[in-house]
Amino acid sequence: MVRHSYEGKGFGRPGSYEPAFCVELFRRMLRIRLIEEEIERRYPQDQMKTPIHLVIGQEATAVGCCAALRVSDLAYSSHRTHGVYLAKGGDLRAMLSEMHCRANGCAGSRGGSMHLIDFGVGMAGTSALVAGSVPIATGAALAAKMQRADRVIAVFFGEAATEEGVVSECLNFAALKRLPIVFFCENNFYSVQSPLAGRQPASRELDHWAESHAMPAMRIDGMNVLEVYEAAKQAVARAKEGGGPTFIEARVYRFRAHGGAGDDSKTGYRDVAEREAWEKACPVEGFYGLLEKEKILDRPSRQAMRAEIMRETLEAFEHALSSADPTEEDLHRHVYAVG
Amino acid sequence: MPWDEGLVNSLVYDAPSPAEGRVLAYPKAINEALDIALGRDERVFVLGQGVDDPSAMFGTTRGLKEKYGGERVFDTPVAEESMMGVSTGAAMNGMRPVYMHNRPDFILLAFNQLVNHAAKYHYMDDGKTTVPMVVWAAIGRGWGSGAQHSQAIQGLLLGVPGLKIVMPSTPHDAKGLLLSAIADNNPVLVFEHRWLMKKDGVVPEAHYTVPLGKGIYRRRGTHLTIAGASHAIELAQQAANRVASEGIDCEVIDLRTIKPLDQAIIEESLSKTGRLLVVDTSWMMGGVCAEIGCLAAEKWFHLLKAPVRRVGLPDVPSPAGYALEQFYYPDAARIGKLIREMCR
Repeated sequence: MVRHSYEGKGFGRPGSYEPAFCVELFRRMLRIRLIEEEIERRYPQDQMKTPIHLVIGQEATAVGCCAALRVSDLAYSSHRTHGVYLAKGGDLRAMLSEMHCRANGCAGSRGGSMHLIDFGVGMAGTSALVAGSVPIATGAALAAKMQRADRVIAVFFGEAATEEGVVSECLNFAALKRLPIVFFCENNFYSVQSPLAGRQPASRELDHWAESHAMPAMRIDGMNVLEVYEAAKQAVARAKEGGGPTFIEARVYRFRAHGGAGDDSKTGYRDVAEREAWEKACPVEGFYGLLEKEKILDRPSRQAMRAEIMRETLEAFEHALSSADPTEEDLHRHVYAVG
Repeated sequence: MPWDEGLVNSLVYDAPSPAEGRVLAYPKAINEALDIALGRDERVFVLGQGVDDPSAMFGTTRGLKEKYGGERVFDTPVAEESMMGVSTGAAMNGMRPVYMHNRPDFILLAFNQLVNHAAKYHYMDDGKTTVPMVVWAAIGRGWGSGAQHSQAIQGLLLGVPGLKIVMPSTPHDAKGLLLSAIADNNPVLVFEHRWLMKKDGVVPEAHYTVPLGKGIYRRRGTHLTIAGASHAIELAQQAANRVASEGIDCEVIDLRTIKPLDQAIIEESLSKTGRLLVVDTSWMMGGVCAEIGCLAAEKWFHLLKAPVRRVGLPDVPSPAGYALEQFYYPDAARIGKLIREMCR
């Protein structure tokens, strides 16, 4: 049974966006897709002894939202970190070293794939607990406001997080204090293998729910990178101007299992036909189709782009594989901060 | 609650001599520490349910909002988990929150953010972020507060790497330890005790700190070592005074912080006395008493002349009723009895 159909309008015209900007959005999505596919291809080799949560199918949300952020703005993520980390500009070598449990990983092998961070580009924190980073990000927004800093915070979480009480608490507090934060909810309809129907009443509208916390909310097509960018741009502008928080519900679909390599739809928790229907709305291929039709990007240019991304990716894998493991002394480091 | 005030007011503490310095009430010492911290460091802010209400968190936050403004001293939604996370996130981004609770019981609502997040970010981020925040609460006892308003939860947190736990017993230490906690770059829990709030003490006016992880001798003796913190060590001193007239000479160590724990001072004392009594305001099972007892068995067995004993709470929730409380909570008489047994 197909429970959740793609209801987006698909891609219209690229409108007023510069061709170069559109090509860059595409390149960023393609890069995430290719890196994820390479991770997935190698995962059964057991060199990456860490859980993985692939974002294949959900590239547009991270890329579209992060394109609306400056380097100095901060992004926080859930356990599904890869897309946000790369879209925010996180270092690929350090990411793959982390996933290979190496000492030079972005978190020194203490974090693993669920804790990808890169402070230099504002990839500021994650949590492996559902909704865990939402209050942390809200606190970062409180700090930005108290420091009179020109800084906006975006926090990514899934629709299951809206079932956690703490998210409601955070929306309330962010609205109360008019904090510069964007609550970015990626609704992919499944929490691990639990469908939405068993978790939320069918008539629950997340945007309306968020609005009841006294903030503007939008529901958007999360498969369309331009729609995501436009929504995020408005939300970021509101935050910068002191207008407080915004809630965005982006409807998306993960093409793979909750964790690990490959899709698990065949186990029966969701219909294979449902996934296949969503794959027709693929954020990467759909956007490429538009760019090709508009003669903004052609096949040879895409091939060149792909080759460059693969060269970078394979080099980063080599870097990770040839890097040193942490030592026993590393285990005890940084339990406590000095001073 | 007149019964509540009457009970706390009935507690008798030795009055300090003004000749030794300025005498200050316990809540005022905490108030002064917060005032100094807010004045010295613009990154410090104070939040919590009722920090700006007329009772001002036992008086500890009185006047601070008026002096420093509502942006730095503010009431919160009744939302403990998010506020713990907000404090953590603010601390990770350059601020120094002091998040205050009337009772430790309310911190249990926020364990996800405290234990899963605040305690671990510095480690998980390979030292790149720090979480300099203070979580403060006052342990209740008596007047029928019962199982959900009287808990001392330090034992539940003792085994969490990344946290520090402070338990003062005097107004002097309450000020100096709180200033150390606020200056520390880690999440620090400060557990005060409601029954110490009526205690006066000599408190210097200026800024000073009491180091975390350093115990102090409250009484020197040769027959038996008593180690503990907070109100438990107050009771232990009363008991030690009683048995002194019978010729039993106790050494009393106020640990002041239970994490980090000053093992050296316990070992030093034990090497002299050979007898160890551990006291705590919370359950004996799995907590401060159990940990120090285990350390004695593991590291100091060769020093022991008698089995280690402990005084804390039985493996029972706090009862609400007055009569049951008398059986539940230890007092100086019960500690004295145990001291006599150990030195027999």
